[in-house]
Amino acid sequence: MAEKSDFKIWEVFIRSKNGLSHKHVGSLHAPDADMAISNARDVYCRRSEGVSIWVVPSEQITATSPDEKEPLFTPSDDKIYRHPTFYEIPDEVGHM
Amino acid sequence: MGEEYSLEDRFQQYVEAENKVEPKDWMPEKYRQTVIRQMSQHAHSEVIGMQPEANWITRAPSLRSKLILLAKVQDEAGHGLYLYSATETLGITRDELINQLQTGKAKYSSIFNYPTVTWADMGAVGWLVDGAAIQNQVMLCRTSYGPYARAMVKICKEESFHQRQGYEIMMRLAAGTKEQKAMAQDALNRWWWPSLMMFGPSDDNSPNSAQSMKWRIKRKSNDTLRQEFVDKTVPQAEFIGLTIPDPDLKWNEERKSYDFGEMNWDEFYAVVKGNGPCNKQRIINHIKAHEEGAWVREAANAYAKKQQARKKQSAA
Amino acid sequence: MSFKGGWLNITEQKISEKEALLQYVLRLADDALILGQRLSEWCSKGPVLEQDIAMSNMALDHIGRARLLYQMAAEIKGDGTTEDDFAYKRDTNEFKNFLLLEQPNGHWGDTIAKLVFYDTLNYFLFEKLTESANENLAGIAQKAIKEITYHAQWSAEWMIRLGDGTEESKQKMQKSIDDIWMWVGEMFETDQVEEMMAVASIGYKTADLKDAWQSKINQVMEMATLTLPTDTWAQTGGRKGVHSEHLGYILAEMQFLPRAYPDAKW
Repeated sequence: MAEKSDFKIWEVFIRSKNGLSHKHVGSLHAPDADMAISNARDVYCRRSEGVSIWVVPSEQITATSPDEKEPLFTPSDDKIYRHPTFYEIPDEVGHM
Repeated sequence: MGEEYSLEDRFQQYVEAENKVEPKDWMPEKYRQTVIRQMSQHAHSEVIGMQPEANWITRAPSLRSKLILLAKVQDEAGHGLYLYSATETLGITRDELINQLQTGKAKYSSIFNYPTVTWADMGAVGWLVDGAAIQNQVMLCRTSYGPYARAMVKICKEESFHQRQGYEIMMRLAAGTKEQKAMAQDALNRWWWPSLMMFGPSDDNSPNSAQSMKWRIKRKSNDTLRQEFVDKTVPQAEFIGLTIPDPDLKWNEERKSYDFGEMNWDEFYAVVKGNGPCNKQRIINHIKAHEEGAWVREAANAYAKKQQARKKQSAA
Repeated sequence: MSFKGGWLNITEQKISEKEALLQYVLRLADDALILGQRLSEWCSKGPVLEQDIAMSNMALDHIGRARLLYQMAAEIKGDGTTEDDFAYKRDTNEFKNFLLLEQPNGHWGDTIAKLVFYDTLNYFLFEKLTESANENLAGIAQKAIKEITYHAQWSAEWMIRLGDGTEESKQKMQKSIDDIWMWVGEMFETDQVEEMMAVASIGYKTADLKDAWQSKINQVMEMATLTLPTDTWAQTGGRKGVHSEHLGYILAEMQFLPRAYPDAKW
């Protein structure tokens, strides 16, 4: 009987207003995408938090592993020349 | 062995520096267990807490109060869901969590094992129970486990209307007819002590507390939170002319805080162990809804599977 | 198919247009309140937390719409009657909701069946009411139609899921439809109030929405692999204030506090 009564997990992303990106807000359980969208509206937009919703099955997300944090992300730490403050421009030049 | 020790050590330094722990980061197994236990207990409390309030939705005395109460209980469901979803990031399924609740392995806040017998209880629950919960939740917005902290931020934002809703009910009753005022006082009498006990045993008797504080899961001790709650709530009761049912309650000028009487811990432990007026009823109702919904969930899954197969077929 | 009338034979007395408008608005309000009250009973009992939330959302929409309509009725009546007086101080014979809506929730499929039949009609009706010659009513309808569109879609989707789900759910859903069917036909009756409102372009005759309703329902039934009963005998009386036994209990529960404490303000 209880072959599989638990629904699939979906990650929910909401654009709170035009001009902003969709932002991860949490997850929920739903049997299919239509229901996931409709639940996301009921669960995460009870206070007009959104103008657009994305739902993605959690299992479809490929993520970096925390073990790879150092090789992936520390190399950019020393590339300080990518940041504007690296360059000394005389104040007289004005805003650049 | 030595390496394990150093990982734990690094973890400790990491959380002490106010860094957040994210789902796939390394964490001590005991930390994971503690966070799961606490978050799921919190989620279950939101969900079981729907029952005593849903009890009055159909009897709310005005359309306005009916809408507000329904919206509030719906929020609790939403908060339960945020918290289940945060707990699931640690690799436990909602099915397992619900199973733990229904078999009594997981606890929920004992306060919900008391009955809501009059409309004033909707006021007292909102004002006192949500008030005590918020005290705790504000602290948890800074908890070390990232998904928990994020869920709490959202919950705190939404809960802010709950306590005000409860207080408004009390305020109206206290300013109403003689019967209404008596109803409000009676509710305060019944809910005051159980609300204070929501913060848990006093610090000397709370063995898990110290470790949770060390890991920055909990940020304040039970007694500190309880004292803050009393100090905030007493003037609110006075303002609407209700009396806190504690003869030992008095302002301590030295501590700039209220001294208050001893709680009945025998009752507390009896209710925690299952002997409150509503423990059985709450779980029976939860199991009933879950079991009666099984065929619905199965059907929805079966339909989703069929739809997917159809899509594949038409794409082929 | 067309429904045959029920067992009631009450002669109607001539009424003024103002009275007709009041009656018309009140019946729409009663539909919304009684359904909202029923759906709110689902709170904490849903098959899964997400659906519990969805159902509460709908109950909120219906009760919210009831309030707006009662407020409008209060204004029409103009004698100091309030929205709560309508909800809390009238007896069963004064409530004019469809009998369908006061039927018990039953299981999830029973509620879905009730909703599909009502939501679909409500959708077509409120679509028309957005253009009502009465500005107040049109305004309420313009707000409500967005909610109702969602309701109709949601309940139809659930019926399809349950009908085309498992063997068990199909049987259950079919039985739900068969069981609720005799309460459906009443929704297409016409009476003096509705006639008058239709003539004044304020309201709309549900009988004229029957074809649109039927074709939408047929479509949902087909997708759900379910069949509509062919029986055409319908229970009637809701619009005349003659109800099933259930409404009395709904009111006893809903109205308990204001009745027990008549002097109290909440």
